Amino acid sequence: METVLSVLVGLFFAAAIYLMLSKHIIRIMLGVVLFGNAVNLTLFTAGRVVSEVPPIIPEALPVPPELTANPLPQALILTAIVIAFSIFAFLMVLTFRAYQELGTDDAEGMRVAEPKDDAMPPLGY
Amino acid sequence: MAADTEKAADLSQAMITEPVALADWLIVAPVAIPLVFAAFLLTVRHRTWLHAGVALVAFALTLAANAGLLARVLAEGPLAMTMGRWLPPFGISFVADPLGVALSLVGVLVAAVCAVFAVADIGTTGRRYGFYPFMLLMMAGVSGAFLTGDLFNLYVWFEVFLIASFGLLVLGCEHRQLDGALKYAILNLVGTTLFLTATALLYGTFGTLNMADVQSKAAELRDTAPLATLATLFLFAFAMKAAAFPLNFWLPASYHTPRIVVAALFGGILTKIGVYALLRVLVMLFEPERALLSDVIAWVAAATMVLGIMGALAQSDMRRVLGFVVISGVGIMLAGIALGTEAGLAGAIVYAVHSMLAMTALYLLAGVMNGVGGSYSVETLKGLYRGHPLLTAFALLLVLAAAGLPPASGLWPKVMLVQASLAAGAPWLAFAILATGILTTLALGRVFALTFWRSDGGDTAPAAPAEAAPVLRLGYASLAALMLPILALGLYPEPFINVAEAAAAVLVDPTGYVGAVFPERVQP
Repeated sequence: METVLSVLVGLFFAAAIYLMLSKHIIRIMLGVVLFGNAVNLTLFTAGRVVSEVPPIIPEALPVPPELTANPLPQALILTAIVIAFSIFAFLMVLTFRAYQELGTDDAEGMRVAEPKDDAMPPLGY
Repeated sequence: MAADTEKAADLSQAMITEPVALADWLIVAPVAIPLVFAAFLLTVRHRTWLHAGVALVAFALTLAANAGLLARVLAEGPLAMTMGRWLPPFGISFVADPLGVALSLVGVLVAAVCAVFAVADIGTTGRRYGFYPFMLLMMAGVSGAFLTGDLFNLYVWFEVFLIASFGLLVLGCEHRQLDGALKYAILNLVGTTLFLTATALLYGTFGTLNMADVQSKAAELRDTAPLATLATLFLFAFAMKAAAFPLNFWLPASYHTPRIVVAALFGGILTKIGVYALLRVLVMLFEPERALLSDVIAWVAAATMVLGIMGALAQSDMRRVLGFVVISGVGIMLAGIALGTEAGLAGAIVYAVHSMLAMTALYLLAGVMNGVGGSYSVETLKGLYRGHPLLTAFALLLVLAAAGLPPASGLWPKVMLVQASLAAGAPWLAFAILATGILTTLALGRVFALTFWRSDGGDTAPAAPAEAAPVLRLGYASLAALMLPILALGLYPEPFINVAEAAAAVLVDPTGYVGAVFPERVQP
């Protein structure tokens, strides 16, 4: 199971990095989403995929009777999903506003903050 | 009740049974105070007249908490507090050690000065958009990053201050801000996601995220686990956050776009968190792997400091000049990490303190110069000396501070780093630090000469615009507040160096750090 997931994680990372190499912001955004999911899957796989048994100890026993699932990666992934989701929502609005205001979604065409013909500083008084 | 006691397990093996001592709550106070005040300010978002006063009270309280914590940590060694009653490594630990608390204290000091500057600089509109709540939330994230003892928790605090910084960056929603914020946001998000990847792989290898636990388990895992790969991934992720060459291009693209007080806050604090994380993870947790990577880090450091300051030479907007000076300073701190000796690390820590104070002061200075001259460009600003002798004195001292010349703060950390490089047998690194000093003197000296000394043709003092008066008064007050520690570090550096050496000692020998979290693992 871990092997299959590792291959899947690799594919996710490859696709994400390929998309982020684009100069169009919308493709970069899709790459960012895939990137976040690739990391979540990495976390999931890193926590070992062992069993579907929930980690709950029956009332009479001091320890669980059989091997249970590891709850920590799930908690970590939930946190990471919430963070990635909220930042992505903000980024989508930011991208859309930038597209509206700057009239392009080409990263190379966005030169408002760093204009191409910025003057060099004076060489003397 | 009787039946319950029979069934009840012995909790003392898994949980903390004793309540936390009242004094130990101080460890979370630098995070809790700004969070509570930010939440309160969000509920009264439209009563903007309240914001500045409440935020200043919050910063004063946080500053007091940090100062108290630093005094305790210096007296008693690292302190730990674990959340939710679970014993570490299951509960998330906060660990206060001299490095984290010292940087947190200086960070909050700088933010408090920025909050004073913002009283006049950020108007009602900016406050209604949530300037002060964002600022407090950012400081909560920054303090959390400095104090946490858990790697995943560190990631969460990174995201907390990142999200708050997005809000500050787009305050005003101008075209250039949208452009800068987009690049800042995407590249920083990629950086923190890489950090999370490294954390996931570390969890897969160690089965724990607690830094003290990782530190004590690393020795036995070193032969079998790919720790060098992990360390390289962490280096990549944190170098991106610290704006080290060649991962620094988001910084000059964005730091000149927000309001000047926001730029001062970012330039002072945010890149240092990347450097702090490198110190914490590479030096304290993965020391042999850091030694393996030390050549790479040294070349990155030299390239960052020299190429960074060369970027500053080519700019005519003061804010963009300062963005490149920030990058160059990161290179100098990385040199200390590359050396890895106790002296080198202490130098890097003193430089981090100097850089926080001096970069914020330089950005605020640019703001005041814009207030009196109406521009940020060295093309149009001229002859400020005639009307503003006090400002000229501040500017000259700050140029000396950034260049590393006496009597200001930049001198001693550079002396320590040059000495450490020579002692470690890396004279070329010492040469790079000194060459950067000369180039910084050139870049900032030229800005100073053009804006203050160049004659503007008149012979009477020009009157400042009347509406700029409160901005100027608070601007002078904030600059004076930052000049005090800058001059103190320049003229009487011993207390600063003592704290930095205590901090470096914990990094090199983390027995005290591990002992604070797991008292049973360290034999007295």
